[in-house]
Amino acid sequence: MTTGVDLGQPQAQSVRSDEDVVRVRQLVRAVAVSVKLSLVDQTKVVTAASELARNTLVYGGGGSVEVTVVDNGRRKGVQIVFADSGPGIADLDLAMTDGYTSGGGLGLGLSGSRRLVDEFQIETSAGTGTRITVTKWSR
Amino acid sequence: MERVPILKIGDILLVSIQLDMSDQTAVALQEDLAQRIVDTGCHGVIIDITALDIVDSFVGRMLSTIASISKVLDAETVVVGMRPAVAITLVELGLSLNGIRTALNVERGMELIAAAHADELDYQLDDEPDAETATP
Repeated sequence: MTTGVDLGQPQAQSVRSDEDVVRVRQLVRAVAVSVKLSLVDQTKVVTAASELARNTLVYGGGGSVEVTVVDNGRRKGVQIVFADSGPGIADLDLAMTDGYTSGGGLGLGLSGSRRLVDEFQIETSAGTGTRITVTKWSR
Repeated sequence: MERVPILKIGDILLVSIQLDMSDQTAVALQEDLAQRIVDTGCHGVIIDITALDIVDSFVGRMLSTIASISKVLDAETVVVGMRPAVAITLVELGLSLNGIRTALNVERGMELIAAAHADELDYQLDDEPDAETATP
């Protein structure tokens, strides 16, 4: 991370390669630290971001990630949006099942990362791709 | 692409992962390690993940795969130094790290490998025909 970046502003990172997944992890960690998430919560949200950014790359054919600081008046949090314009997810219920994979993975990316965050939203359709929004709040 | 160095200490290969690995780097480590086990004939592999902030499903799968490959090549793998927050996250993620031996630090990992290797030698000795009773 370069110094002087205002983490209060939304941060965008394109996801086109393996190295970009590493950059997403580093960006999410920096923002999670800035809103004072506990060490365990930082670890959880960075792990979830790693899984979802890899999905964006592998299944979505690449896309973008945006990381934003959110504030509900009582607590601060990190919100991350993963967007791709890939083929979309045909059967969402099936895709959210532990152990199901359409690729060569372990099938824990979607279902596992949902457990690691406080809020998880997914929008997907065949024509427009997939957009996943996750939020982790400080305690 | 960066590569993770593999150190040989006596009969053990020590891998201390000090960087945030890309998936490619993780796959390369798997292949490098298999080659080094064959080249050196080492019976133990210690993977130190003290410096890792996170272990996601990809790295978790890599650790399981390394453990399986090394077993086939007659070497025992021990993963050491997992941070508490990483352990908590792994369990919640649903990753069970099947077949992986763990120890809290490198020293205990080395003891574990030494003990496993000693057991194996005993077993091989027991297998041989008993010289003392065979001779009249």
